Amino acid sequence: MPRNLHPVAWWIWALGLAAAVSRTTNPVLLGLVLAVLGLVVANRRSEAPWARAFKYYMFLALTVVAIRVVFRSVFGGDISTTMMHVWFRLPSVPLPSWAAGVQLGGPVTAEGTFSALYDGMMLGCMLACVGAANALANPKRALRVLPGALYELGVAVVVALTVAPQLVESVQRVHRARKLRGRSGLGWHALREIAIPVLQDALERSLRLAAAMDSRGYGRTGAAPTPVRRLTAGLMVTGMCGLCLGTFGLLDASTSRTVALPALVTGTVVSVAGLALGGRRVRRSRYRPDPWSGPEWGVVLSGLAPLVVLWSGVGSSLIGLNPSTFPLTWPSLPVVPALAVLVAALPAVISPPPFRAIDPSRCAAVTARPNRSEGADTGSGRLEVPA
Amino acid sequence: MIRFDHMTVTYSEQSSPVLRDVDLLVEEGELVLVVGPTGAGKSTFLGTVNGLVPHFSGGTLAGRVTVGGRDTRAHRPRDLADLVGVVSQDPLAGFVTDTVEEELAYGMEQLAIAPDVMRKRVEETLDLLGVADLRDRPLHQLSGGQQQRVAIGAVLTTHPRVLVLDEPTSALDPTAAEEVLATITRLVHDLGVTVLLAEHRLERVVQYADRIVEIHRNGRVTYGPPALVLATSAVAPPVVELGRLAGWEPLPLSIRDARRSARHLRQRLPAEGREPVRGRTGGTPVLRARNVVVRYGPTVAVGGVEVELDAGRVTALMGRNGSGKSSLLWALQGSGPRHAGTVTVDAPGRPGGLDPARLPAGEARRLVGLIPQTPTDLLYLDTVAAECRQADLEAAGAGDDRSSGVPALQLLEELAPGIDPLAHPRDLSEGQRLALVLAIQLTAAPPVLLLDEPTRGLDYRSKEHLGAVLGRLAAGGRSVVVATHDVEFAAKVADRVIVMAAGDLVADGSAVDILTASPAYAPQVAKILAPAHYLTVDQVATALRSTSP
Repeated sequence: MPRNLHPVAWWIWALGLAAAVSRTTNPVLLGLVLAVLGLVVANRRSEAPWARAFKYYMFLALTVVAIRVVFRSVFGGDISTTMMHVWFRLPSVPLPSWAAGVQLGGPVTAEGTFSALYDGMMLGCMLACVGAANALANPKRALRVLPGALYELGVAVVVALTVAPQLVESVQRVHRARKLRGRSGLGWHALREIAIPVLQDALERSLRLAAAMDSRGYGRTGAAPTPVRRLTAGLMVTGMCGLCLGTFGLLDASTSRTVALPALVTGTVVSVAGLALGGRRVRRSRYRPDPWSGPEWGVVLSGLAPLVVLWSGVGSSLIGLNPSTFPLTWPSLPVVPALAVLVAALPAVISPPPFRAIDPSRCAAVTARPNRSEGADTGSGRLEVPA
Repeated sequence: MIRFDHMTVTYSEQSSPVLRDVDLLVEEGELVLVVGPTGAGKSTFLGTVNGLVPHFSGGTLAGRVTVGGRDTRAHRPRDLADLVGVVSQDPLAGFVTDTVEEELAYGMEQLAIAPDVMRKRVEETLDLLGVADLRDRPLHQLSGGQQQRVAIGAVLTTHPRVLVLDEPTSALDPTAAEEVLATITRLVHDLGVTVLLAEHRLERVVQYADRIVEIHRNGRVTYGPPALVLATSAVAPPVVELGRLAGWEPLPLSIRDARRSARHLRQRLPAEGREPVRGRTGGTPVLRARNVVVRYGPTVAVGGVEVELDAGRVTALMGRNGSGKSSLLWALQGSGPRHAGTVTVDAPGRPGGLDPARLPAGEARRLVGLIPQTPTDLLYLDTVAAECRQADLEAAGAGDDRSSGVPALQLLEELAPGIDPLAHPRDLSEGQRLALVLAIQLTAAPPVLLLDEPTRGLDYRSKEHLGAVLGRLAAGGRSVVVATHDVEFAAKVADRVIVMAAGDLVADGSAVDILTASPAYAPQVAKILAPAHYLTVDQVATALRSTSP
């Protein structure tokens, strides 16, 4: 049955894949990951506006690769080029002695370029993973699963997401209205003439929204007593520090795991305690929460599979995951990691197809006449009384 | 249900109270209509019901307001959310989520209502309001009437005992407004909800009201049955004015009652409405539009419209929301997009006329002036005087002799006397702000003046005044076009009426012919006196004077 997969499942899947990607610079593996992402996104994204995000993330990824390669060629020219394949030499600019270590121009070598390309591909691939999650999961529904303590934060983000397009619309409207006074120039005056009406408009609108939310019971459960609030804040900050330290330690190869893992675990526990304490005062219910069932587990596991395989190093050597660029060799395809990445493609099949919230044919009719006849649907006024 | 106990509200920056010694009791299940001139404190009165005044707005509330036994002093608006539902003028500004279904559930989520109950209530409410087919639609894609019905549904799901609506139909076309009002009356009758409703256009709602609260300028209120309050009230719908004129007793409030009472009056009046409705007759066309097309992507907003606008006439442009009225006005002015067709405006010294879209913005406004739907978009300075000075500079800027030469401040004084030049434009009333923008646009002395929905938020007196101003402008040889939903306003000011639907002109003719032809666009007087062709109470009064010796 078509339904929307739980947004958290998509995020775990994508982040698992991204974390796996961070272990390898093998272009073949990275290409495989991109192919997997493309397949799943193409198969399982919905019609919603955010579903188009993947394309933009891909552009961003390409930009990252390009910048990485260009910078390496221009600024990171190799000083000693013995045993290297020099493609061509850029005109070199001698820099003063205080800029030692930085070089402008110089020889561009195959080794250096490929090393930059592989690094860039890794970063780009991680970006693509985030892009896939954004395209597959409804950001607003994802925010709904935030724990109760962070509810206000979630609402603020949702409101911001809603208001941003309105602000753009408001700027366009005022800009158009300026012409009616015969003013079309740009510059300082234009800024003032547009900004003041737009800001006044935005302020009035936000006051109206605040009044509406207040009238509808937002923030009804009231604030916690000050000591509890301080304790919550303290727990959250400590927990976050622990989480950051732990994550950094795990990702940075030079830090010992014996420090990183306990820091991560403690950080998680303290953060969860803080969230639980903060969320205790909240009394609120959730309308039609997204279910979590078989397909969600499947998607999560398929995303974690490459993570586990690549981090444990099963079935591949370090050289397989990070092919040497000095000397330059053909990258090999490590079989086990490749299979693990392919497992991550399973959601393209095992997850339910997305629920089409808007029937495409009806959507076309709506865009053709945005404000459909008011009179046309008067017949639907049924007389039914709620119990 | 709601008890106002000697309530007086004073805002901190004002010396005199907005509401003075309000003492009344609203019974359960009543539909109470709140009337009064703009700025008299209707919104303040409604705000006191759920505590937004003074908890949210600031100010001081003396006395006591109790709703369902709860004192608003001790209960904030959020604490009354299960008891009072509030629907505002602009539904889009109050939406928190982005789809219909989630919006309906939002209030219940805040009240921690059990998920299975929520699900059931959402379904019931979808049916009750007839929006079940829209459940997954994004809120911003809905039409105005649908949005307003969703906004009502969103507060109904918490099963409030009191519903407060602040001008819920002011942005809607007549049909959509009918739909929303029908929904409200159904709620009163079927669910026994107590409703407090503020509305400018009394003609739409007065027949449904059980009681009326009239708020006077000095902050005092009158409370009583509609016929009693309206007999003396400063604001009254045409049906009541006609009743007063003809001396009907009891005062009719609905078309049905009025038609019964009017049997005699119809016989006395000259049956044929051929007496000159307006003194101004058709002039020469100053603006010619041929085959104007405006598209937004695949959407055709204006589909090949042909229209000529005559000097010295007021034209009302009518049609439901989204029928292309605004797009047409913007295309005629030249600032908006126009994808095909031609617009030519007569200009002195140019035999062929000029196309405003091909001129720089400063030149185009000398040919066609436009007051947009939100006139405040044009204002950005601190004081009225500064805006007027700026307008004079803009008019002089292009440096030719075609500008009126009349300073904006003087024009403003003619349009709306008594505005403090040092006031901030945002502090003016709706009507005064409109006059300010009108004065700014008139400094360019355009022969064609277009107004997009100028009557939004105006009370009867401001509308009367605006009508007189537009009449004067037309008498001075201008061609005036008013896009409006307000049938009664069109009946008062228009010589000619154009009706648009789905981007096409579907009717074009004299105001009498068009406005009496269809029930949706007929003013109350026309409905009461049909088949005689009368549009306004003034016309009837004139006719009576001429027939009686």
